[in-house]
Amino acid sequence: MKSAPHDVVVTGVGIVTCQGVGRAAHESLVTATEAPQAVVDNATYAPYPIHPLPEVDWSEQIPRRGDQRQMDQWQRLGVFTAGLALADAGLKDDADACATMDMIVAAGGGERDLAVDTLIIDEAANHNDRERLLNQKLMTELRPTLFLAQLSNLMAGNISIVHKVTGSSRTFMGEESAGISAVETAYGRIRAGQSTHALVGGAHVAERPDMHFVFEAINALAQGDRRSLWDRGGQAGGGIVLGSAAAFLVLESREHAEARGAPIYAVLDAVGGDRGPRGDGIMEDRLARMIETVPEPDLVLSGASGLIDLSARERHFLQKTLPKAALRGYSNVTGHGLEAQFPLGIALAALALKAKGVVPPLADGERKTTRQANRALVTTIGYVRGEGIAALSATGDRP
Amino acid sequence: MTRFTDHQGRPLVAVTGMGIVSSLGRGKADNWAALSGGRSGIHRITRFPTDDLSTRIAGTVEFIEVPLINATELSYAMARETTEEALAQAALSGDFDGPLFLAAPPIEAEWASRFAYADMARAIGAEGNAYERFNAVLRERADPDLHQSVLFGTISERLADRFVTRGLPVTLSTACASGATAIQLGVEAIRQGRTDRALTVATDGSVSAESLIRFSLLSALSTQNEPPERASRPFTRDRDGFVLAEGAATLVLESLESATARGATILGIIAGCGEKADHFHRTRSSPDGGPAIATIREALADAGLAPDAVGYINAHGTSTPENDKMEYLALSSVFGDALASIPVSSNKSMIGHTLTAAGAIEAVFSLMTMTSGTLPPTINHDVPDPAIPLDVVPNVKRDQTVTSVLSNSFGFGGQNACLVMMAEPA
Repeated sequence: MKSAPHDVVVTGVGIVTCQGVGRAAHESLVTATEAPQAVVDNATYAPYPIHPLPEVDWSEQIPRRGDQRQMDQWQRLGVFTAGLALADAGLKDDADACATMDMIVAAGGGERDLAVDTLIIDEAANHNDRERLLNQKLMTELRPTLFLAQLSNLMAGNISIVHKVTGSSRTFMGEESAGISAVETAYGRIRAGQSTHALVGGAHVAERPDMHFVFEAINALAQGDRRSLWDRGGQAGGGIVLGSAAAFLVLESREHAEARGAPIYAVLDAVGGDRGPRGDGIMEDRLARMIETVPEPDLVLSGASGLIDLSARERHFLQKTLPKAALRGYSNVTGHGLEAQFPLGIALAALALKAKGVVPPLADGERKTTRQANRALVTTIGYVRGEGIAALSATGDRP
Repeated sequence: MTRFTDHQGRPLVAVTGMGIVSSLGRGKADNWAALSGGRSGIHRITRFPTDDLSTRIAGTVEFIEVPLINATELSYAMARETTEEALAQAALSGDFDGPLFLAAPPIEAEWASRFAYADMARAIGAEGNAYERFNAVLRERADPDLHQSVLFGTISERLADRFVTRGLPVTLSTACASGATAIQLGVEAIRQGRTDRALTVATDGSVSAESLIRFSLLSALSTQNEPPERASRPFTRDRDGFVLAEGAATLVLESLESATARGATILGIIAGCGEKADHFHRTRSSPDGGPAIATIREALADAGLAPDAVGYINAHGTSTPENDKMEYLALSSVFGDALASIPVSSNKSMIGHTLTAAGAIEAVFSLMTMTSGTLPPTINHDVPDPAIPLDVVPNVKRDQTVTSVLSNSFGFGGQNACLVMMAEPA
């Protein structure tokens, strides 16, 4: 009974980056004539520059204060942005649609309580039985609800509670790959008719020393004042500038979207993910295989993390393989968003395609173009592992 | 519906290999002997001091060798062992060449690492909060081992390399439903026709002082420490919480058609999957059982099975006051009078709650229940809860052949997933 595959369309975009809150702030980003101003905080987490969270009125999407208190910033940002996507798709108040909506969240972990962790290591300094001290301190200092704010699957759990999205709830993990797999899985299910509408996305908070700890274990973070994405080779550190950013997408089958008269941003024509060894051009071979069946794009939105060598390799590969396309490194204006990075690129692509935008250079060294975006390719190369691509078009152009 | 397709014309999904590690032991044979013998794997915790804690017991796995002591290493090592066992049973050697779906616990740095970094930070006079100090140490010397141990993608990466799976592996967490979700993703992939086989793995080796204390602060854990093997007592009047545990399971899924074509032994069919999220509360289920009911119904409908055709129910049965009550409510709503004649037992009475791994471990036990013709008991069932009049196969296994099983998984964050498994079609 295998039926023809369904077109997968983007009908809702929720997006928050240092550039602002919501669709309008980012539409202007991809349709401006000049590269936008970088929003950077070089000082607070020095030596690490970061792209900070913009001012967000959480109550706009999380009306109950009690719900806000149950979360920390990472979960709040995800739940807020998911709400933006639902509202943008016109589904926020459609109880039936939300109750049957599938959800895949690309998640890391929530914030640790820095004060408690600091207290424990300080007291342990002069203590000869650290394990017992740890037990005592955790028993007395940990807030029970904080555990839930740290749990990976509780971003999705809170989206269910706040927005009543309950068709299904899946949380994918694994850094950038989580975001790639989330979109790939939702795409595959809708295409095969296993799902009609889905909420997919993730959030990332850059203002977290406990997360800097993860990246810094391999000295991956850029140090000193932030430089443009492709120009970090001579700078101290590894080149990654983290960004507080979130993106959620509402994906639907074309039939489902058309039946309810929903405006369509773009068609998701292909999504691919892979992994493996990266040396000796093997990564480039893999990328080439992933994009070989995709029609030539006029816009490439690269999610290059900034990691110096890897970003240079990606840029070289894309310039060589797709010489006519305008290459735009969006992490230069948003920062690296880890689990949210791939959905973020797709959100920006959808906005650019809908607006028929002539996307300005987003980083130094990028070539100006006069071409409107009709076909976009989004890339995300994990800073340690995993690569993903998505092809989108204004009207549908499946390979 | 043909020999190889289901009631909706989709490819039937067969299980051709299984592997398991739990506190009961290594491998299917040891686990099944203990489980059907009503033996508990719960013991006093020795991994960290517990004398000042209210819960001092768990079903940790202490017999697997790991090169470094951390949750990532143990979770990986168990997943590797169960996958080797499953592939051997499936008679698959060489590259697996299908997708990998892995349920794995969210992992953080160990406290031993934090203490070590705090000492190094003091030595160089680093300032700021704990992590700012650690980062000052790392700027002077990177620590790739630490890095791998705190990345969520490490375990699937290593499994993908070792067994040569295809594409980007999925690492997922749907809390206590994770194992079932991994299997569901494998079933979906085969039904989509994008692969003939999928490797579905679930592992959890994350018991630590902090994880225990976190659950303890939520009042989720049993405090009936003496004797440890008596603490997990699902569906009894004096149940008081679950027992944390570790373990892993792997299931090799194949389209029945391709499994048959290569002459593989069919261990059972994953006939249906259901899922539904709950928006009631972060840790509690809807009092009316609505989402759990919807999940069970969806799984049965997906399998094309009427409620009265279910032969046995492998309960979520955590031994918390709330879960067991809600699960009974959900089951009685779906099955009605038929429930009286359907045996329902909880593996967790013996292995505790293996969290991320539970759904897959219990799927393996469900399939073994069908292939063995033996229903595993619910042990410690001395004081039945009169409000839960289930046939829980109390205390002693029962010889009874069943050809269809429902396995339930319900978790924090409103996660619900159910699987329907059936014996090989005649």
